[in-house]
Amino acid sequence: MVKNVTCTVCPMGCAIEVTVDGENISVKGNTCKRGEIYAKAEVTCPTRVLTTTMKCESGGIVSVKSRCAIPKDKMFECMKIINSFKAKSGVKIGDTLIENILGTGVDIVAASKEV
Amino acid sequence: MKKYDVAVIGAGVVGGMIARELSRYKLNTVIIEKEADVAMGATRANSAIVHAGFDAKEGSLKAKLNVQGSEMMAEVAHELGVKYLNNGAFVVAFTEEENEAVKDLLVRGQKNGVKGLEIIDGDELRRREPAISKDAISALWAPTSAIICPYELAISAIGNAMDNGVELLTDTPVTSLEKKGDAWIINGEIEAGTVINAAGVYSGEIAALAGDKSIEITPRRGEYLLCDRESGDFVNATIFRTPSSMGKGILISPTVDHNLILGPTAENIDDKDDRRTTREGLAKVAKEATYETVNLPIRKVITSFTGLRAVGNTGDFIINEPISGFINAAGIESPGLSSAPAIAKYIVEIIKKTRTLEKNENFNPIRPASHAFREMSMEEKNEVIKRDPRYGQIVCRCEKITEGEIVAAINQNPKAKTVDAVKRRTRATMGRCQGGFCMPIIASIISRELEIDIEEVTKSGKGSEIVVSKTK
Amino acid sequence: MKTVDLIIVGGGPAGLAAAISAYKCGIRDMIIFERDVRLGGILNQCIHNGFGLHRFGEELTGPEYANRFVEEVVRLGIDYRLNTIVDSISPDKTVRVMSSENGIEEYKAKAIILAMGCRERPRGALNIAGTRPAGIYTAGTAQKFVNLMGYMPGRNVVILGSGDIGLIMARRMTLEGASVKAVCELMSYSGGLTRNIVQCLDDFGIPLKLSTTVVEVHGKDRLTGVTVAPVDPKTLQPFMDKAEYIECDTLLLSCGLIPENELTREAGIEIDPITSGAVVNEKRETSVPGIFSCGNVLHVHDLVDFVSEEAELAGASAAEHILGEGNNSKRLDIKRGFGVRYTVPQSISNDSDSDVYFRVSDIMTGKKIVVRHNDNVILEKKTQRLVPGEMVKIKLKKDILSTLDNSITVGIEEVK
Repeated sequence: MVKNVTCTVCPMGCAIEVTVDGENISVKGNTCKRGEIYAKAEVTCPTRVLTTTMKCESGGIVSVKSRCAIPKDKMFECMKIINSFKAKSGVKIGDTLIENILGTGVDIVAASKEV
Repeated sequence: MKKYDVAVIGAGVVGGMIARELSRYKLNTVIIEKEADVAMGATRANSAIVHAGFDAKEGSLKAKLNVQGSEMMAEVAHELGVKYLNNGAFVVAFTEEENEAVKDLLVRGQKNGVKGLEIIDGDELRRREPAISKDAISALWAPTSAIICPYELAISAIGNAMDNGVELLTDTPVTSLEKKGDAWIINGEIEAGTVINAAGVYSGEIAALAGDKSIEITPRRGEYLLCDRESGDFVNATIFRTPSSMGKGILISPTVDHNLILGPTAENIDDKDDRRTTREGLAKVAKEATYETVNLPIRKVITSFTGLRAVGNTGDFIINEPISGFINAAGIESPGLSSAPAIAKYIVEIIKKTRTLEKNENFNPIRPASHAFREMSMEEKNEVIKRDPRYGQIVCRCEKITEGEIVAAINQNPKAKTVDAVKRRTRATMGRCQGGFCMPIIASIISRELEIDIEEVTKSGKGSEIVVSKTK
Repeated sequence: MKTVDLIIVGGGPAGLAAAISAYKCGIRDMIIFERDVRLGGILNQCIHNGFGLHRFGEELTGPEYANRFVEEVVRLGIDYRLNTIVDSISPDKTVRVMSSENGIEEYKAKAIILAMGCRERPRGALNIAGTRPAGIYTAGTAQKFVNLMGYMPGRNVVILGSGDIGLIMARRMTLEGASVKAVCELMSYSGGLTRNIVQCLDDFGIPLKLSTTVVEVHGKDRLTGVTVAPVDPKTLQPFMDKAEYIECDTLLLSCGLIPENELTREAGIEIDPITSGAVVNEKRETSVPGIFSCGNVLHVHDLVDFVSEEAELAGASAAEHILGEGNNSKRLDIKRGFGVRYTVPQSISNDSDSDVYFRVSDIMTGKKIVVRHNDNVILEKKTQRLVPGEMVKIKLKKDILSTLDNSITVGIEEVK
């Protein structure tokens, strides 16, 4: 399987061609080592930091994020869970709001005060 | 059934000026408007010129009412707190044919009773208006021409009429008109002794409901470009192109708010709600304005819009009483704005022919200006802010409009219930960013003042909701 | 009239960093005037991550990035006023402000830092034909509705312009359940960052239509659809015969940012017609001595990290001005050579190291950046790829500048 990946590690935006042959993954078109790592992750298990908002008990909203990247294909499922939660009032940046979302091992944390 | 002495159909500048004139008498008057706000038809979008009166054919109702209305306008604007500027107008000739036509306009204007008209040559024109192209040969100077904001005039006239007892029904399209004895029954639920048809492009339909099938209105689309306030001094006077076999040409004028307006195109259409701007139309306006001038600030365009003029089928205003108690003020195309104060007096004279009107001793002609705060001194502003701190909070940064002014627009007659209604009363969202920063705040203020959810706040009436739901 | 050493106009990322920097250089008597209800500026609505990679070595969200500076301002006890708009600035550095709490007040400052940020280009300036229904917003207005107010502006979205805020909102609206039909870009390249194209569009299968624009909007009350058409990449004129109708209830505009320099103009400060910001020297000082400019009000930056950096420079320069430590070195004007759209600063001193930032006018691969004095090359640097969406920085050392006079030219040249 051959997959084309645009590298986002730096502003160069290299077009990298990744070839997956069983266990063997080879990359072409990158100009640095970081690009190679990025491209390999993109075809095996692409991950992203999820940022969104959560309702607060007092009626406002607070911006939230996954503390680190979660698998890309779990983003919409995570959105559903986050949308079913309400943050307590007085929430501070860094407070954990949902632990280990969807068994990813990643927490959802507050990224702002309530607005 | 609610009973009124007079029902005015249409809350544009004509209906508004009529209602105000009626409020000088002891009459129970209602204005019936199909839209969510007043001034939503031809009044909302036109050239904003108080014409001197040299354009209309001598002897016509247009000529008579234009010259009268133009002479009344300064005082009316003063009473109503409406910005008005007597900046004069030039009708510029670029070809030999136009040069001849300018001479005819002078003669016609003098016959119509327009004061101060004179013809000047191209060099004199450029001395007074350096932005005019060197191709200009001559121009007619009309010192009595002026500029005004048409929807501000309508809003203020209706607000003043309401302050003097007139009622306003918005979101109320007239669908039936029946004569019952001496009275008219509107929509089966409103009774009025006299009905005045000031329904703009729809006045043919309204007349037909009453039984007068003689009126046909053709909407004429006019597209405009509006430039940033930095461009307001590009010209001092209003610049018209001389009408010729090539058409009427577009005008270039400052506005009372110091923008520069360019337009309109003129295109007869069928759809009476079609306010689209077109690529071709806007390009035509830009091209003609560029031809007539030097260094036109076309990159300073901040918005474009289309107005619909209600062109009647007689070539003149249609003001008559075809059926007892039903009076038409129809086909009020240009110079309708200029004529509006005179049309209002003329209508009252028609009513007086058959009915005795008693003066309303409590009539107050004055309405405080909506832009008063902006023009105050620092000390005066501080006094106002001390009384009402909302006047210290700027909402619209570009036009520097405060929360106090917005709340006043929502609570004063005629009450602003939509974002566009707030805009027309205060100028909020009309600046360079066109509401990018302040529109969500204005929606919040409307929601708070009217005690409705933000989801129910609209841009211009039902169906134009600003947001569709909560996110979660 | 009250007097104060330093006034900072705007409490966004630029204003905050400038204030902290001035404080560290010894200034105590200063006030930040912020028109909004909280400090942090536009970052408060930029809830996505990606801020701070250069500065903090980690990826923060906008509110998190802002908060680091807000906490520092509070810790240092720097005075700030919220809900306070600066109404005017005069060339003699009299500043008139207005608020509900204090009405209108006047201050006389020794130095002023302009940090008002920028605004988005509205529909009117784009002159799109059609009706005028509800449902047409700039991407930033939509961002405010969604992220700060909790409302969805619409369900079916077309985005015109591939600026970063538009790309970010494509993802944000999609995550909140909207369907983003397409992002149309007039130019043949996107003005947004590559990572945003990948993570905001490609991740969600949202098509990016380059050399395409919206030629007409439809719908009487609420938007019902848009007509889009491909354009000639050179003339940018649309091919109307290839126009296509897309049904949608929302059109978001992300067609460029314009520095908000009304106050700057009123103060009689010279404006660069290309950046729409003030003309400044290497200290970020404008044509009016003692008035400095930094952040997006000076020129539109790609990354907030660079805004903070520039603001710190402006803050330190303002402190230097207040403390009377200015020098009288020779000025070198920076001229734009081939392929360079603008530079900031527009002039530098010949006796200090200076960083010069510039944007190229088109995508360029395998070219070199050349700085010349008269015809002599004083610096050259090979580059892989230059794009208009990404600012370029070159470092000019004092030792090569010290012998020069009049002007230098920054341009792009072929590698021989």
